[in-house]
Amino acid sequence: MSESNAGSGPMIELQAVHKWYGDFHVLKDINLQVGKGEKVVVCGPSGSGKSTMIRCINRLEEHQQGRIVVSGIELNADLKNIDAVRREVGMVFQQFNLFPHLTVLQNLTLAPIWVRKLPKKEAEETARYYLERVRIPDQADKYPGQLSGGQQQRVAIARSLCMKPEIMLFDEPTSALDPEMIKEVLDVMVGLAEEGMTMVCVTHEMGFARTVADMMVFMDRGEVIERAPPKDFFANPKSERTRTFLSQILAH
Amino acid sequence: MADITQGIPIATQVPPPRSTGVLGWLKANLFDGVSNTLLTLFCVALLALAIPPVIRWGVIDAIWHAPNGQACHGGGACWAFIAQKFRFILFGFFPAAETWRPVSVLAIFLFMIVAACDRRMWGRRLGIVWLIGLCVVFTLMRGGFAGMSKVETAQWSGLPLTLILAVVGMMLGFPLGVLLALGRRSRLPAVRAICVGYIELIRGVPLITLLFMASLMLPLFLPAGVTVDKLIRAQVAFILFAGAYLAEVVRGGLQAIPRGQLEAADALGLSYTQRTRLIVLPQALSMVIPPLVNTFIGIFKDTALVIIISLFDLLTTAEAALSDANWQGFYVEDYAFVAVIYWSFCFFMSRYSQILEHEFNRR
Repeated sequence: MSESNAGSGPMIELQAVHKWYGDFHVLKDINLQVGKGEKVVVCGPSGSGKSTMIRCINRLEEHQQGRIVVSGIELNADLKNIDAVRREVGMVFQQFNLFPHLTVLQNLTLAPIWVRKLPKKEAEETARYYLERVRIPDQADKYPGQLSGGQQQRVAIARSLCMKPEIMLFDEPTSALDPEMIKEVLDVMVGLAEEGMTMVCVTHEMGFARTVADMMVFMDRGEVIERAPPKDFFANPKSERTRTFLSQILAH
Repeated sequence: MADITQGIPIATQVPPPRSTGVLGWLKANLFDGVSNTLLTLFCVALLALAIPPVIRWGVIDAIWHAPNGQACHGGGACWAFIAQKFRFILFGFFPAAETWRPVSVLAIFLFMIVAACDRRMWGRRLGIVWLIGLCVVFTLMRGGFAGMSKVETAQWSGLPLTLILAVVGMMLGFPLGVLLALGRRSRLPAVRAICVGYIELIRGVPLITLLFMASLMLPLFLPAGVTVDKLIRAQVAFILFAGAYLAEVVRGGLQAIPRGQLEAADALGLSYTQRTRLIVLPQALSMVIPPLVNTFIGIFKDTALVIIISLFDLLTTAEAALSDANWQGFYVEDYAFVAVIYWSFCFFMSRYSQILEHEFNRR
């Protein structure tokens, strides 16, 4: 076990990671390093394994070969390590996954109270601060079902932030949103990036990627095909597959 | 839609006549077309035939006071019989001189049920109230101190017995059912196998068989000299039975929870227990309120089966009341009376579940 050697090392490190669903090889030899404060945008056609890859980082999916070290903690069968990693890593889902039976405020304070053991009052103060940050301070007592998709996703971001994570993972955060709501969510994410949060985003929002990303990662059929700073990535992609993909999604 | 080219919104208009008000309602609900009109008239005719005789029998021709059964046989109902047997039907063989004890027990049960209905009370405090309440119920029934004579469980009968069996059966059967449902979805094959085996075994056997086993077989397996009270054995059989049925109901709710909910809870770092208690169960249980209450109502009425091991629940005391030589032949009155009691409890459960459902659905 290699605990707390975070220091100057990468926040997230994937070394030769493989994963199979039955016989199907979903992740093939993935190598990835994300430094502190770095923003990585992962893109690729559907079924390319990008969601599976990002979900391995907080062990929602289990990798079967290779090594994943997050914030100095190796992800293995040790449940303590998994819990420790999950405390430091926030995740935002495509389908928001807010808890429908709890109010917005309760959604935000649940984990701080039960996992971080914060007093209720303190958790609520933090929650209200982050609701302010995602620009919906007046919705605290509503239930998720009463909010628009864009508002729900912003609540979901705030919910993750309330745990004061060092790393944020975004799994296609705007794919389930109506077009007019995408911007309000991206604005929040840009704000977060500007403050120096370490971020890994799976997204097809190439405008967002251009502004925010330090590194673009292109995946196809379970492999990382290309990895480059956004400037090079968009201007002269090296691989044919990347070029095809980009021409498809930038065509409009 | 407003006309975009001109930008002038269309003024709101009154709805067409006959679609609102009493006439509108009558037309929409009772006389909507030929077949519905015929159906309405048919039902009115049926009610007109059925209701007057019942009222004549039950109220107008009824006899409310009579010295004995012979004087009570007229055209109508003999409510004097119920008045005469009231104490016995409700409390059975509990010593008549100490009727205040089962009466207090009923009062405590009603109080606890009312307290449990208020959602603001839900929590640890309510649990403590119920625990104390059940202890008091037990002590009051049993007696044997402070001038109260000791009453064996064999004499506990009537409505208090029915309520004890049903309420304790539900209260302990419910958590058992939740655990079994969770166990059935466990990742550990051994736990899963045990839970599935238990549920299938108990569900596949009539309750009467379980009660028989508890009452006749169990003593054979216990070492000589060790006896377990018959009421406790019946109670345990009820809990085991209720647990198996409730488990399947709860499992239905568990299966309806989207995977994303579990992932969100995991990603936030909640443990399995926290996730289950805070995220999964509240959603799963509120989804299965109708089948849950359905099962509770079934359990409540199934308490009548304890007659098979000669415990005297409400229905059995009512039947025993019929055997008085001075009051012969008042079956209808007798059964109608206990039916009303059973019905009130079940109807209450049903209404309360609708209120709960309504509350949960609002969000």
